[in-house]
Amino acid sequence: MPDVIRNGAVTPDAWTFVGLGEGFDAAAPLPTGAIVVPLAAWQAQREALLARNESIGVWLAPADDAEALRGDLGRLALIAVQFPKFTDGRGYSTAVLLRRAGYQGELRAFGDLGRDQLFYLSRVGFDAFALREREDLAGAIASLRDFHETYQGSINQPAPLFRRRETAGTTR
Amino acid sequence: MYRYDNYDHSIVADRVAQFRDQTRRYLAGQLTDDEFRPLRLQNGLYIQRQAPMLRVAVPYGMLSSEQLRMLAHIARKYDRGYGHFTTRQNIQYNWPKLEEVPDILADLASVEMHAIQTSGNCIRNITTDHFAGVAPDEHVDPRVLAEILRQWSTFHPEFAFLPRKFKIALSGSDQDRAATLLHDIGLHAVRNESGELGLRVIVGGGMGRTPIIGHVVRDFLPWREMLTYCEAVLRVYNRHGRRDNLYKSRIKILVKALGPQEFTRQVEAEWEFGKGSPSVLTDAEYERIAKHFTRPAYELLPALDPFYVEALADSRAFTKWTERNVHAHQVDGYASVTLSLKKTGLPPGDATAEQMDFVAGLADRYSFGELRVSHEQNLILADVRKRDLFALWLEAKSQGLATPNIGLLTNIVCCPGGDFCSLANAKSIPIAEAIQRRFDDLDYLHDIGELDLNISGCMNSCGHHHVGHIGILGVDKNGAEWYQVSIGGDQGNDAALGHVIGPSFAASQMPEVIEKLIDTYVDVRTEEERFIDTVKRLGVAPFKARVYGSREAVHA
Repeated sequence: MPDVIRNGAVTPDAWTFVGLGEGFDAAAPLPTGAIVVPLAAWQAQREALLARNESIGVWLAPADDAEALRGDLGRLALIAVQFPKFTDGRGYSTAVLLRRAGYQGELRAFGDLGRDQLFYLSRVGFDAFALREREDLAGAIASLRDFHETYQGSINQPAPLFRRRETAGTTR
Repeated sequence: MYRYDNYDHSIVADRVAQFRDQTRRYLAGQLTDDEFRPLRLQNGLYIQRQAPMLRVAVPYGMLSSEQLRMLAHIARKYDRGYGHFTTRQNIQYNWPKLEEVPDILADLASVEMHAIQTSGNCIRNITTDHFAGVAPDEHVDPRVLAEILRQWSTFHPEFAFLPRKFKIALSGSDQDRAATLLHDIGLHAVRNESGELGLRVIVGGGMGRTPIIGHVVRDFLPWREMLTYCEAVLRVYNRHGRRDNLYKSRIKILVKALGPQEFTRQVEAEWEFGKGSPSVLTDAEYERIAKHFTRPAYELLPALDPFYVEALADSRAFTKWTERNVHAHQVDGYASVTLSLKKTGLPPGDATAEQMDFVAGLADRYSFGELRVSHEQNLILADVRKRDLFALWLEAKSQGLATPNIGLLTNIVCCPGGDFCSLANAKSIPIAEAIQRRFDDLDYLHDIGELDLNISGCMNSCGHHHVGHIGILGVDKNGAEWYQVSIGGDQGNDAALGHVIGPSFAASQMPEVIEKLIDTYVDVRTEEERFIDTVKRLGVAPFKARVYGSREAVHA
C-alpha cells in the first residue's frame, strides 16, 4: 500500500479503500479490517459497520455533501476526500465544512494531487495526503512550508494576519 | 498608495521561490503540461500564438513612478520594448521567455509587484475607480477596502480551484466607473443614514458568452463583514457552480439557475457561520491600511488659475485636450489628467518602454510620483495643478500621449485579439486602427461627442463589447474572420447590454458600417443627445435600416 504524508511525515498506510472503481454496489458485502467506504455504502450499511467495533473511514467524492456525515463525525477515524482532478476544488470547501462541524479525526486528501497543492490543502484542514504515485513524498513535505506567512484566516490558522498583527502589537 | 511591510515582502518572495521551483520541475519533465498549466496561469503566464504572455497585476490600477520604470525595464530586458495595458487595469507582455519568468517575478517583487492570480480559476485582481480618492462625486475612497480584498484574496487556500475565474470590482462614488454591475461580485461602498460605512453587494454580473447585469443580493452590508460575506458567496459558488461545461461555469449561471432569491438565501445561511469569526474586519486594520491612502501634500490654490485660463484662451488645441482629457478634482486648483494610449496607428492600450519611463517622469514632476491605469486602457495622473496643465500637455504631446479623445469614438477599448491571443476568433487591433483612420478629423470627432466603441476578438469579451455604445465582436465563420456589431450598450450606473443590429461584416466593411451608424445619429439626434441617448430613444431600427439598406438592395 502506498505511503501517505501524515502530520508532516511520510508514514505507511494501513487503510483499504473500497468502491473506488465504477459501478460499486453500496449494498455489496464489505471486506473486514480497516476500510474506507464510499458515502453511499456508509449510508446503506451504517449499523452493520458500527457494530464491527473496528476503525471505519468514509471517503467523499467531490459532489458529496459533508453535511451527510454531521451526526457521525465522532465515530469516524478517517474521512478521505477524493480529488479525481486536482483542478476540481470542491474538496477544499468540503474540508472546511467538516472541520467547522467539529471533525477531529484524520482528514485525508487523495487522488490527482501533487506537492504544489499541499500548502492550500493543509490550510483548509487536511492533515493527511495521498499524492500521485510518482510524487517523491519525502521531497514533497517541504511544500507544506511553501509560504511562511498567510493573509487570510483558514482552518489551520483561524486568525487572519491582521488579527495576529494586532495581537503582536507590531507591523514589523 | 499602499506600501509593503515585511509580511507582504515575505509572502511575495516565497511566491517567486515557489514558481522558480515549479518552472524548474516543469522544464526537467517532472511536471506535465496539464499539471503545470494551472500553476503558471495563477502567475499570469499564458502560452500564446507567438510566445508566452505574462500578465502582471496592477492592484486596483495604482502605480508609483518607480513601479512604472520597472515595467519599462522589464519590457526592454525581457520583451520587445513595449507592454499592453488591459481592461482590468493590468499590464501584459507578449514576448517573455518561459525560463526567464521567475527572474521577471523577482524584478517585480523588488518594487512590490507580482503576477499573482492574474489568470486561472481563482479570485483575480481587484479593480476599482481610476479616479479613486480624487473624484468629486466620491463618498468613500474604495482603495482601502480594495487593498483589504487584495490581501484576503491573495493565496486564499479554499478558492484557488474554482469552477471558473472570479472577478471583484469596487466603487465608492455616484458614478460607477468600475463596471461593478458586470463583475462576479460588485461592491458599492456607501454610507447609511447614521453615516456608517457599508457595502451594496451585487453578484452574478458578467460579460462573455452570456452577458448578465448583476443582482443586488444585499443593500447594506456592514463593512467589517466584507470578507465573511465574500467567503460565503464564494463557498456557495465553489460547491455548487457548474464544472461540466466551461461556458456555464461562471457564478452568473449559478445565480440564474437557482434564481437570485434562492442564491441569496444560500449565501445568507452560509454567512451565519462567518459572522463573528476572526475574519470580521477591525477598525485598527482599516486605519492601518487607510494611512497609506492619505491625501498628498496639496497646496492651497485658487479654483481658477490665471495662467491656465490664459492658456485656454490662447490655444484651441490645448482647450480641446482639456475638454476631453482633463477631469474635475476634489481639491481646488487641481485636476486629473488622462494620458491617451489611443493614438491612431498604435494598438490601443500599448505603451513603449520609452513612453513608460517618460510617464514616470511626468508623474514625478506633476503628480506626486503616482499614476493609475484605467479600465479603458489609458494612464491617469490624478493630482495635477491646473497651473501646470499647459506644460504637461506640451510634454505629453511630444511623446504622442496627448490625443484629445477620451470619451470619444477613437478612444477604442480593444483586446489584443487574433494578432496575439490564442483564444481569439478574429483580429481586433487592425479593426480599431481602420476605424480610427476613418474618423481622423478632430473637429468631426468632437462634434460626434461622447461615444464608447469597444472591440473584442472573441466571446470572452476582454474588449467589453457588450457595454460599448457601439460594440464589435469578432466571430469565426468557416475559418474566416467576421464582425458582429451591436449598439446601445452602456457602462456605469445605467449599465446595459448592446443589441446586435444584424448579420456580421467582413473586416473591410467595418469603417463604413461605423460611418453609417454615426451618419444616422448625426441626422436624427436632438441637440443635447449623445449617440447612446439617441439609440435609447429610437431603438436599433433606424440604424439598422441605414447600415443594411443598400446591402439588401443589392441582394434583392
